[in-house]
Amino acid sequence: MNFLSFVTRNRLEIATLTLEHLWIVGLSTLLAMVVGIPAGILITRKPSLHKPVIAAANIIQTVPSLALFGFLLPAPWIGERAERLAILALMLYALLPLIRNTYVGITSVDRATVEAARGMGLTDWQLLCKVELPLAASVILAGIRVALVISIGLATIAAAIGAGGLGELIFRGLAMVNNAVILAGAIPAAAMALLADTVLGWLEKRFAPQRTA
Amino acid sequence: MMSEPSDMASSAPTVEFSNVSFVLPDGRPILQDLSFAVQPGEILVLLGRSGSGKTTALKLINRLLEFSTGQLRVEGRSTNDWNPIELRRHIGYAIQDVGLFPHYTVARNIALVPSIENWPKQKTEARVEELLRLVGLPREIASRYPHQLSGGQRQRVGVARALAADPPILLMDEPFGALDPLTRADLQREFLSLQQQLGKTVLFVTHDLHEALRLGTRIALLEAGRLISLSSGEEFLSSPEPLVKKYVEAFATSDRQREKP
Repeated sequence: MNFLSFVTRNRLEIATLTLEHLWIVGLSTLLAMVVGIPAGILITRKPSLHKPVIAAANIIQTVPSLALFGFLLPAPWIGERAERLAILALMLYALLPLIRNTYVGITSVDRATVEAARGMGLTDWQLLCKVELPLAASVILAGIRVALVISIGLATIAAAIGAGGLGELIFRGLAMVNNAVILAGAIPAAAMALLADTVLGWLEKRFAPQRTA
Repeated sequence: MMSEPSDMASSAPTVEFSNVSFVLPDGRPILQDLSFAVQPGEILVLLGRSGSGKTTALKLINRLLEFSTGQLRVEGRSTNDWNPIELRRHIGYAIQDVGLFPHYTVARNIALVPSIENWPKQKTEARVEELLRLVGLPREIASRYPHQLSGGQRQRVGVARALAADPPILLMDEPFGALDPLTRADLQREFLSLQQQLGKTVLFVTHDLHEALRLGTRIALLEAGRLISLSSGEEFLSSPEPLVKKYVEAFATSDRQREKP
């Protein structure tokens, strides 16, 4: 069975799996942003938390993905459905680039700019929203970009625990020793990663701050 | 000089240090037993070499730093009794690195404090135009970004931003320090005439004796966190105090060396 005929015959299933893949990656990255960006901001305000938070995110990152799925399996509610498990695991992996880039983005804002802002009477909240976040936006977007590309790849492994997504075709193809089936899962996943990388890269450039010098 | 709020209490000092000390958390003293008063409408220059504590003294006034002991009053009220945000909006602040927001146009930079104080749009726009005129910048510059300006223009925008909400007090930390000598002389001249028009109370930090003599109503010399002398420019030049003499001589020597070749 060649690749093209497999794709045309199974286009509906491939499309469904692609959407499933997108859903898992999209939701997990979104959740990671909701947790990771505030965490990154928090550690710029409370420097004593910087080391433990980064260390925790680092440790999560070193756990092999299959093992992480296994660890989370006994968790209540989460463990009941493979899809929830996959989303949680991918979210945990995405935390490190988001926390780190938010922290780096904010702390690398020009000191004189921050001091002038504080000296003129901006509240901490105004400083964050009007100065720090806009100037850190491109670095934070770079973190989202890394998180997204990693998640799209990792999500294929989530099929091993039955979470669906394009990994299902890859695992099936491996079991059948059929390259066409593997490619039908791998190519859309790769295309998705490339697309995400391009779009986020473009956004990153758009938000890059004007240089002062 | 009409209707400045500080005129009401013209005899009381606008800013008053009484035995103020500032000690770092590790115990290193930066300012020791500092006492002086700034009169309404004067330009008081804090002169001193790097590390003398002059910038620290300035930051105590708008509470970017908190003094350790003593008493520091702004318009008769201890800075501790001021809400820090309110205090800072009451005091204009201009620094050497300017610190313009790179993602804001010149107009938005100048209008920063008016916008967070929710001025109506028309009033803000009129104020921006007025300030641009005041600091000698063309109107077209309003829509540019800081990186498109020259150093002198950026510094002018910095001064305009500090003046935006018409604060009665101005703190200036070597605002002209990074400029070439010609531009610096221009800005000093313009600043003096601006000050004569507006009658602000100014604390001006510099290490440059010439600048201090040109701008200062009075000059306070700081050395290693202590006030060495406080006098008018003329008195400063003829002071018998050894540290003052040393400072004056150092500048005289460097001037002679510059003239020689």
